[in-house]
Amino acid sequence: MTALVLLDHADGRITPAARSAVTAAAALGEVHVLVTGAAIGAVAEAATRIAGVAKVLRADAEIYDKALAEPLAALLVRLAPAYDHVLAAATATGKNVIPRAAALLDVQPISEIVAVVDAETFVRPIYAGNALATVRSTDARKLITVRAANFDAAAAEGGSATIEEVEAGEATPAVSRFVSTELSTSDRPDLASARVVISGGRGMQNGENFKLIEPIADALGAAIGASRAAVDAGYVPNDYQVGQTGKIVAPDLYVAIGISGAIQHLAGMKDSKVIVAINKDAEAPIFQVADYGLVADLFAALPELQAELAKAS
Amino acid sequence: MKLLVPVKRVVDYNVKVRVKADGSGVETAGVKMSMNPFDEIAVEEAVRLKEKGAATEIVAVSIGVQQCQETLRTALAMGADRAVLVLTEESPEPLAVAKLLRALVDREQPGMVIMGKQAIDDDMNATGQMLAGLLGWAQGTFASKVELSDGVATVTREVDGGLETVALTLPAIITADLRLNEPRYASLPNIMKARKKPLETIAPGDLGVDVTPRLTTLRVAEPPVRQSGVKVGSVAELVAKLRAEAKVI
Ligand SMILES: Cc1cc2nc3c(=O)[nH]c(=O)nc-3n(C[C@H](O)[C@H](O)[C@H](O)COP(=O)(O)OP(=O)(O)OC[C@H]3O[C@@H](n4cnc5c(N)ncnc54)[C@H](O)[C@@H]3O)c2cc1C
Ligand SMILES: Nc1ncnc2c1ncn2[C@@H]1O[C@H](COP(=O)(O)O)[C@@H](O)[C@H]1O
Repeated sequence: MTALVLLDHADGRITPAARSAVTAAAALGEVHVLVTGAAIGAVAEAATRIAGVAKVLRADAEIYDKALAEPLAALLVRLAPAYDHVLAAATATGKNVIPRAAALLDVQPISEIVAVVDAETFVRPIYAGNALATVRSTDARKLITVRAANFDAAAAEGGSATIEEVEAGEATPAVSRFVSTELSTSDRPDLASARVVISGGRGMQNGENFKLIEPIADALGAAIGASRAAVDAGYVPNDYQVGQTGKIVAPDLYVAIGISGAIQHLAGMKDSKVIVAINKDAEAPIFQVADYGLVADLFAALPELQAELAKAS
Repeated sequence: MKLLVPVKRVVDYNVKVRVKADGSGVETAGVKMSMNPFDEIAVEEAVRLKEKGAATEIVAVSIGVQQCQETLRTALAMGADRAVLVLTEESPEPLAVAKLLRALVDREQPGMVIMGKQAIDDDMNATGQMLAGLLGWAQGTFASKVELSDGVATVTREVDGGLETVALTLPAIITADLRLNEPRYASLPNIMKARKKPLETIAPGDLGVDVTPRLTTLRVAEPPVRQSGVKVGSVAELVAKLRAEAKVI
C-alpha cells in the first residue's frame, strides 16, 4: 500500500505538523509526499531527506503558490488513483483542501485522526475530545487529516527519496484569488510545536497585560497562546487560540494563566505532558486537569514567576 | 440574491457529554440540544447581509430528525425567511449532507451558502469544503469577515499564522469562524412570528440522494482521564517542583 501526504510548508520550511502526518502515513505503507507551490525547489530537496519518505512529487507552479483549496484539491484528485491513502496534517491548509478533494472523489474524509488502528480503521476525537471514536472506512480510498500533536514528527534528516515532477493543472475552477495575508510575526517558537506553551485568558484583562507573560516565555523558550475569550476580546491575534476550534497543542509544559478551563479550551491542551494553572478561583475547572495548581492573583504571580525563573536553578 | 444557510441540531456546547456504557456512542437522551454555535454565526451573517440589502431571501436548511424543526424555528426567529427540513432518522455524514445540500442548491439557486466551519458534535470541519467541491464553487472557509461587491465575496479567513484574505467569484461557499459576528438573541415577537413562517419537510429520496454512511463506528470510548495533581502554595514551590519533580524546565 502507498500513501500520499500533502506536505505543509511555510517560509521555505517544512512544518513539524507535516512531518507528523508522514509518521501517520508510514503506519499505512510506503510514503510519497506532495510538495506544492511556486519556486519550491529547496523545499522539495528538504522533503527528500525526511526519514521514511520514498518519493517526493513536486508540483511547482504559480497556481499552487498560495495553497488555495480549489487548485490543490483538483491536483489531489488527479494524483489520488495511485494511492490507497491521501493524508495531510490538520492545519488550516489540510483542513481546507482534504474534504474538498474527498467530495470530488466521492469519499467521506476522516478528520483529525489521533491513532491508526489498521489501514481502514482510525481513532478520532468527537465532542471536543470528550469521546474517542474508532471508525472504519468502507471507501476504496481514504482521505485523512492528522492531528499532529498525537504523532511524533518524522525526522527531518535520514531519508533519501527521489523527486518526480508533477505537471501543473489548469486553475479549474478559477473561482478564487489570493488577496493578502496579515500574519502575526513573532520570534517565538511555533505554537503548534513548541515544547512549552504559556496561555493567557480573560483574566489577563487586556492585551497590554500579555507583556507580563513575555519575559517568562522568553526565559522558557515558550510559545504564547490564549483562550477564545482573550482572542474575542482582541487581547491577542486569532492564531493564538488554543482549543476545540483553535489550535491543538501537546507540549511538555502548558501553563494556563487566568483561564477557567472550559471544555472547549481543555480540548486543545489536555494531552500536554505537564499542565500548570494559575487562577485566583480555587474552584476553576482548569485545576481538575492541572498537575500543579496555584491559586493566586496572576498580577502578583507573574512578576514573581519571572523573578524566580531568573534565579539560577 | 438568495442565501442558503444549513443549520445542524447538536448537543448544546455547555453539556459535558457522557459515553454510553456499551461504547456505542454518547448519551443524547434527555440532553439539551441547540443549534450548532457556528451555524448561529452563519445565520447572523446572512441576516445582516439581508438587512444591508445585499441579500433578498434566506432559506435555512437542517438535515436530521423531526426535532430539527426547533433548530429551524430558531433560525427563522433570527431572521431567516423560510426553512427546509430534510428528514432522516439520524444525522448523516458530511458527504451525504453535502450531496443533499447540493441538490437543494440546484433547486433553490442561491448566490451563496453560508454555514458553520465545524459541527461541535462530530468535529469534522468538512461539509462546507465538500459542498464547494461538489458544486465546483469557490470556498471561503474559517471566515472572520465577508464583504460583497460586484459578484465577488472578499473573505478574510482565520489561518494558522494569522489572517488571509481571498476574493471569491460568486456563487460561493462561506464557512463561519467564531469572530465573524456575535449572533443576536431572537426577540419574543420574532419567535412568535417565526411560528408562521413556512417550513417544508422533504425526504432524502425526494432529492435523489443516497445517505448510506461510509464510516462505521466500531466503538466510542472515554478519553484517558488525567490523574489529579497538587496545589502548590507559592510561585517558588511551583518553580522548584517544575525543576526537580516534573523536570520540564
Ligand atoms: C463553538 C465554541 C467553540 C469554542 N472554542 C473555543 C476554543 O477553541 N478555545 C477556547 O479557549 N475556548 C473556546 N470556546 C469558549 C469557551 O467555552 C470559554 O468561553 C472560554 O474558553 C473562556 O475563556 P477564559 O477561560 O479565558 O475566560 P473565563 O471563563 O471568563 O475565565 C477567566 C478566568 O480567569 C480567572 N481570573 C480572573 N482574574 C484573575 C486574576 N487577576 N488572577 C488570576 N486569575 C484570574 C477567573 O477566575 C476565571 O477562571 C468555544 C465556545 C464555543 C461556543
Ligand atoms: N445535518 C446537518 N444539517 C444541516 N447542516 C449541517 C448538517 N451537518 C453539517 N451541517 C453544516 O456543515 C457545517 C460543518 O459541519 P461538519 O463538517 O460536520 O463539521 C455545520 O456547521 C453546518 O452548517
